[in-house]
Amino acid sequence: MPQALEGSQAIARAVALCRPGVVAAYPITPQTHIVENISKLVADGELHCELVSVESEFSAASVVLGAAAAGSRAYTASASQGILLMSEVLYNIAGLRVPLVLTCANRAVSAPLSIWNDHQDSMAVRDAGWIQLYCADNQEAVDTTIQAYRISERLELPVMVCVDGFTLTHTLEPIELPTQAQVDGYLPPYRFSRALDPMRPLSMGELVSPAYFTEVRHTHHVALRGALPEIEAADADWAEVCGRHSGGLVEVVREGEGGGIGILSIGSVTGTFADAAEQYTELPAARLIRLRCFRPFPDEALRAACAGLSDLVVVERALSPGAGGIVGTEVRAALREMDEPPRVHDVAVGLGGRDVPLELYPRLIEVARGEQETRFSILDLEPDKLPEEVR
Amino acid sequence: MTESSHHPLRDHQPRFQGLDSGHRACQGCGEALAARLVTEAAGPDVIVSNATGCLEVFSTPWPETAWRIPWLHSLFENAASVAAGMEAAMRAQGRDTKVLAFAGDGGTFDIGMRGLSGMLERGHDVLYVCFDNEAYMNTGVQRSSSTPHAAMTTTSPPGRERMGKRHLKKDLLAIVAAHHIPYAATASVAYPSDLRKKVRRAMGVEGPSFLLVHSPCPLGWGHDSALTVQVARLAVQTGLFPLVEMERGSVASVMPIRRPCPVTDYLKLQRRFRHLFADHPRAREELEHLQALADHNIEVYRLAGEEPDPLDTEGADTVRRGGMRYA
Ligand SMILES: Cc1ncc(C[n+]2csc(CCOP(=O)(O)OP(=O)(O)O)c2C)c(N)n1
Ligand code: SF4
Ligand SMILES: [Mg+2]
Repeated sequence: MPQALEGSQAIARAVALCRPGVVAAYPITPQTHIVENISKLVADGELHCELVSVESEFSAASVVLGAAAAGSRAYTASASQGILLMSEVLYNIAGLRVPLVLTCANRAVSAPLSIWNDHQDSMAVRDAGWIQLYCADNQEAVDTTIQAYRISERLELPVMVCVDGFTLTHTLEPIELPTQAQVDGYLPPYRFSRALDPMRPLSMGELVSPAYFTEVRHTHHVALRGALPEIEAADADWAEVCGRHSGGLVEVVREGEGGGIGILSIGSVTGTFADAAEQYTELPAARLIRLRCFRPFPDEALRAACAGLSDLVVVERALSPGAGGIVGTEVRAALREMDEPPRVHDVAVGLGGRDVPLELYPRLIEVARGEQETRFSILDLEPDKLPEEVR
Repeated sequence: MTESSHHPLRDHQPRFQGLDSGHRACQGCGEALAARLVTEAAGPDVIVSNATGCLEVFSTPWPETAWRIPWLHSLFENAASVAAGMEAAMRAQGRDTKVLAFAGDGGTFDIGMRGLSGMLERGHDVLYVCFDNEAYMNTGVQRSSSTPHAAMTTTSPPGRERMGKRHLKKDLLAIVAAHHIPYAATASVAYPSDLRKKVRRAMGVEGPSFLLVHSPCPLGWGHDSALTVQVARLAVQTGLFPLVEMERGSVASVMPIRRPCPVTDYLKLQRRFRHLFADHPRAREELEHLQALADHNIEVYRLAGEEPDPLDTEGADTVRRGGMRYA
């Protein structure tokens, strides 16, 4: 029976179903409702865990690191400035290969100050060594949270579950919550092979000389590459339990007309483009591709999803100032290995919460049909708001 | 280290050794001595969260380790928060293994302040030990807010315009005590039985406890490595590093100084104060300043150890109870 739940509430319930021993978080819009909902579940006795209301995101990340290393399943959530404040710890968690799940309620990064949605925060820590999964909707946020724990604990790699701030976190949707028995059957109790234990003392986080550092980094890289099949398996196995798929690594959301245009997006905007494709029937139907897994980067699955396309428009939600797109650059590099790679057009939209309307769809098609490949542009820029010299 | 240098004599040693020999600390390192004493007294049923710093670096050059207790080093500024998470995990698992946090003065007084304050305020059952060697030693002796006034470090060098560090040593104990935690104390490697006693007391406390252990660094302070204990003892006996215990924010006991030594006895053993012995009015001024700081400590903590006047009930009461700080 689906229930109408706000995204944050649904995520909180999903976390509770995973039976964390320790939850630590610090409030920041638009993540706050997740923590508030977890606090309420604890207050109502529906979730038995140590809730640590820390004094900063830096400590939130540090507390869950300590907890997970000491043998308890742990959870935290943040966004924007909070993710950046955590960033040093995020690298550390990954390097220590400690299993953790963090929800990033995606939000722009200051300055200028903005509380609204884009992907600048999670993109800023894309090289921290975490798995990053981006959710299309709130049902997926629920299912991905549960899958994230299994992936994380099997591989001893942390997983960041990215959900669009406001668009998902503050939106009411009918949600199918799994039963406790379903989750318990899928996710075994937390066990960390290197858990700190006086009966079996070991030292973690040592100083590594140049004689070994490269090998440690290589091992981490290999572990993340090895996560690709595990992420797919986690999705497939969860579908066995509850009948719902969350999109594996790369999801073809909608087939297009053969050999034509593809639109690749990340996060919840994919739904908007799917609706638009239904509406603009006079335009050629584009193949809608969603990158669910950004780290590790699923090059092979991406090439398979792009087979036969002449043009691919990558829709970014973040910016690397002075360079351009982030996702587009990686997609372009991955597709070069195809026999007949499509042209890759890279555009950013919806920065700092600018609405991504259905009307954007025809413009994306226009970009795809352009004479030149669009190396990078901010598609929804309104130049008339700017002085001449920066248009 | 753990395997190769294992000496059969070790087996006959009565005490549990949390930090084994063979680590890479400098000769006469006060921090290594302090860590050994602390872990010895704390026993094997502990988990340690260790901040970046000398202690971390000299004890764990991968793939070796000198620790015989479960130990995690995360970062420079989060030893307290990581410890808080470990403690929450112990609670969640219904275990009563004590969690210890170890950090240097830099990792505590400066960059780790936020996390430390949060951990204390939330009442985690953690013993936080700050190994105070009064500078950032691991990165090559830079000043911290724990560096004593007028001391030379690489970022507070004396010169024509300066007499070493311009600012005072931060009164961290007062800041910690202001959290009204059950137990906070200072200790010194020069008084091992006092140190052990304080560790045991802190271990017995439920809730946060804090120990500031004065740990001379021959390299950074520029003293003979054979003099570590003597230097540490003089810091106490001059009044520059008072040994006190605080309970819930009030002084509970102090180690009295029967005959306070002049601060110059302490300062002259260390190169970091050498510029104060130059024939220069500013040098003399700073020496007087340091003597005044020591006198102030002696007065504030009532270290002089005179018996209270039995007719002055207020005075008798305060001294027996530890007294009130009036500065
Ligand atoms: C965020 C961050 N800033 C700076 C450093 C560099 N650093 C490592 S240890 C250290 C000083 C440590 O001083 P202290 O805490 O007093 O310990 P000690 O080495 O003196 O025992 C510094 C500055 C770091 N590791 N992390
Ligand atoms: S520099 Fe100082 S604190 Fe560091 S190992 Fe040497 S003596 Fe010990
Ligand atoms: Mg230091």
